[in-house]
Amino acid sequence: MNWYWIDRYEEFVSGKRARSVKVITRAEEHLQDHYPYHPVMPMSLMIEGLAQTAGLLIHEAKNFEKKVILGKVPKLKLTTTEQVPGDVLYYDVEVDYIHDEGSMVSVSVMKNNKQIGTGTLVFAHLGEGFESKELYGPEDLQDLIRGFGVYDVGVDADGNPLVDPRMPKK
Amino acid sequence: MALSQDEIFEKVRGVLVDALAVDEDEVELESTLVDDLGAESIDLLDIVFQLEKAFEIKIDRSELVPVDALNDPAYVQEGKLTEAGMEMLRKALPYANLDAFAKNPVVQNLAKVLTVKDLVHIVDTKVNAQ
Repeated sequence: MNWYWIDRYEEFVSGKRARSVKVITRAEEHLQDHYPYHPVMPMSLMIEGLAQTAGLLIHEAKNFEKKVILGKVPKLKLTTTEQVPGDVLYYDVEVDYIHDEGSMVSVSVMKNNKQIGTGTLVFAHLGEGFESKELYGPEDLQDLIRGFGVYDVGVDADGNPLVDPRMPKK
Repeated sequence: MALSQDEIFEKVRGVLVDALAVDEDEVELESTLVDDLGAESIDLLDIVFQLEKAFEIKIDRSELVPVDALNDPAYVQEGKLTEAGMEMLRKALPYANLDAFAKNPVVQNLAKVLTVKDLVHIVDTKVNAQ
């Protein structure tokens, strides 16, 4: 089972910024018990959603050559804890730095058109010695971002549509 | 605009307080980042990013630890720096006090020699050279 905590990308500008959307549904298994008859989306899963939004943006910018791992959440402030089924969350991430060994992004969370959180995330890039098969390979990651609609909405830094590397060239 | 050492230290201290969740008065010029302030490797990355942002400068990782040179067998043998390695290190990190490290130059301990003063020095050379 894979843990996907975003539904799709709404915006994706290679190496710069992205916006993803997460619709909270009553059918999510953890909401049966968190809490019984009072479903609330756990904050930690919002962090995971932000990390997935930013992590895939960095993966794409680094040509899928590095393993991009969330290393640290230096700052994250949320003004409400009550994210419930039916709510639509937007995760906005903006790249501050993408260096060889790591990246930093600024993030914000919108709920129903209102900002409810801001923060920063730091990612480590793992290179040689971390080519384990259990981790996603470049092609898995391309499939993953295709499934999230990146090649439908994504553009490169100059605004040209991103080209899906797995699709036959026209 | 040139910044004084005190102004740089104040700003560096602010970055360290945020990045390492330490109290202001714990951060002194002589404090080592790893042993005294509890920094881990990912924190060093965070600190570099925050310093770059705060001072609008660019800090190369090799200015903190000359990673590439440490893969060179001429400089490192059996996990320890050779004589040539120590010489390279003194040139690469001219600001750092390496006397204690030189007594037992195990590569893994290298990140531990970094002090707050070293960060202030790195920032100073960049900000005041602009």
